Amino acid sequence: MHESTKDHAALAALFNKDEERVNWHDETLWWIRQKRDKNVHQLPEWEALREAASQIKFNVLSNLHDYLLEFEKNATANGVQVHWAADAKEHNEIVHRLLQEHKVDRMVKSKSMLTEECGLNEYLAEQGIEVIDSDLGERIVQLAKEPPSHIVLPCIHKKKEEIGDLFHQYLGTPANVADPQLLTEAARQHLRDVFLTRRAALTGVNFAVAETGEFVVCTNEGNADMGAHLADVHIASMGIEKLIPERKHLGIFLRLLTRSATGQPITTYSSHFKKPRKETPIHIILVDNGRSVQLGRKEFRNSLKCIRCGACMNTCPVYRRSGGHSYHTAVAGPIGSILAPNLDMKKYKDLPFASTLCGSCSNVCPVKIDIHDQLYKWRQELVKEGYTPAAKTISMKLMAQTLSSPTLYNAAGKSGRFVLKHAPFLVNNKLNPWYKEREMPEAPKESFREWYKKRN
Amino acid sequence: MNSRDKILSAIAANQPEKTALPDISGFKGAEEDLQSKYATVLTTIGGKIYFVKDENEIAAAVATQFSQAKRIVNLVDNLHIENAETVISDPEIHNLKNVDLAIIKAKFAVAENGAVWITEKDVQPRVLPFICEHLAVVINDGIIFSTMHEAYQKIATLEEYGYGSFIAGPSKTADIEQSLVIGAHGPRSMSVFVKI
Ligand code: SF4
Repeated sequence: MHESTKDHAALAALFNKDEERVNWHDETLWWIRQKRDKNVHQLPEWEALREAASQIKFNVLSNLHDYLLEFEKNATANGVQVHWAADAKEHNEIVHRLLQEHKVDRMVKSKSMLTEECGLNEYLAEQGIEVIDSDLGERIVQLAKEPPSHIVLPCIHKKKEEIGDLFHQYLGTPANVADPQLLTEAARQHLRDVFLTRRAALTGVNFAVAETGEFVVCTNEGNADMGAHLADVHIASMGIEKLIPERKHLGIFLRLLTRSATGQPITTYSSHFKKPRKETPIHIILVDNGRSVQLGRKEFRNSLKCIRCGACMNTCPVYRRSGGHSYHTAVAGPIGSILAPNLDMKKYKDLPFASTLCGSCSNVCPVKIDIHDQLYKWRQELVKEGYTPAAKTISMKLMAQTLSSPTLYNAAGKSGRFVLKHAPFLVNNKLNPWYKEREMPEAPKESFREWYKKRN
Repeated sequence: MNSRDKILSAIAANQPEKTALPDISGFKGAEEDLQSKYATVLTTIGGKIYFVKDENEIAAAVATQFSQAKRIVNLVDNLHIENAETVISDPEIHNLKNVDLAIIKAKFAVAENGAVWITEKDVQPRVLPFICEHLAVVINDGIIFSTMHEAYQKIATLEEYGYGSFIAGPSKTADIEQSLVIGAHGPRSMSVFVKI
């Protein structure tokens, strides 16, 4: 996992040094957001789908105990071996033990943000086990010895020339080749050899169905299937919140997931694993790692509805201009900023402040998580607990004190005049990291209303 | 307490009061023009569509389209393809790595996203539609559903599967600067034959 002593503001400042790259990053993600809009607008029932998904997820959270038992029973009956991991450490140890039992020291892995969360690759490397990430974007960041910067688009921060250099160094492509077609072909040949020689495959899980005991893995590249179907053992790692009650609910979620993520109608492959192939076991690891605690945090439990589509990142003005690595946690962006402080309030105290609270994330979220409200609530919580990020401390102190204290707030006046009067520099000053390295637009000479009046 | 019991009891203590599941039976797609909708979406996601009368037409299209294919696996009954293997008898599935073309059956297609639904009953071994260089799919009885809702309603009536997958187009990636490249780890092309 990405370890850093710098906070989000400091890391964002680093990213902001290269303005051209920041603009490119910003525009690329915004383009994906627009693809999402175009696709979503073709479905008149979109809002009804979001509402249904939200209600299904609420039902899951309210009945998680029984659904987990139902899933365990049905998966076991299907011949799948179910394991439970209380935390990251236990998850990693289970994977290690399973690999030892199968006498395997090289594993191929498809995309799983949970294993990033758990730091699995590093742990296994210490045990002398080699892991190769097979998703192209993840392979690229793995070669660059970096963590993914986005949960759906792991190397969105990398330029093709940099990828060309990495491939030249590690995969033997000619120097200065940066053509995506050629680079992808080189990765295909390299990873095909990996798929054909690894005897263990680990995949993530997008959805698991309590009713049937099956789980669904979605990829565009086909890497999860190539790994799992060719290996002697398939290990699937899932967070306990990935459960859904019935198979028919997949209809709702598969319609929402990729449209929200990349603006595609569905991923190329949505594979339903129910029973193992002959003599090739499937192990599924149900991982808690703080989720049951988050479930008990009334204000923040909604974050467990997340289906990891990444839409909130693509739309977030802060994420787009600060880059995924500035969040120094496995899941970046708005949702990551809600999930991370649950695991470690001190370490991630800066993240709920890495937002303009514009609400764009909540608007695009396919399961209707009130993301920006939760960020706001975390700020209050953190201030209450005495955690405020260094760079924001001064600029936020007045506001936070005001907002977290009802008496002060009321005294400050319903119009918020207090904040405006005492903290006007919140908008644009050196203490507000969002305006570093950035030209603020000049105030228009005439107001919009004047301009409008003149035109009509 | 072991981890399982620890997790379960923490959840039992922390989960909120039970809320009801929504009724999703109202979600339905439009029933018109499913063939043309399917064709449009499949083409957009990089697939090729063929509307055919019978197996002879499929065989003729395969012969022209895949004249270069050396190793062909054909798992569709009643379809005769010259020099194709019709069963995989070699238990070593890794030897499928040189399959140029796999022709398989799907239960149905889905108009809204271009997908076909396959299960391991028709497609053995599981890796075949992923490891082949090119994939051709014949839709049983030309069935196309409007949306995923109708698809899952149908799946509930079919024989249970150990493994099933929605496959929508050739494998692809856009991980390098968001440039779409067809042919990531799986097939470089997907042709779908719909009998009309
Ligand atoms: S919070 Fe919502 S928008 Fe963000 S990744 Fe999760 S599901 Fe997607």
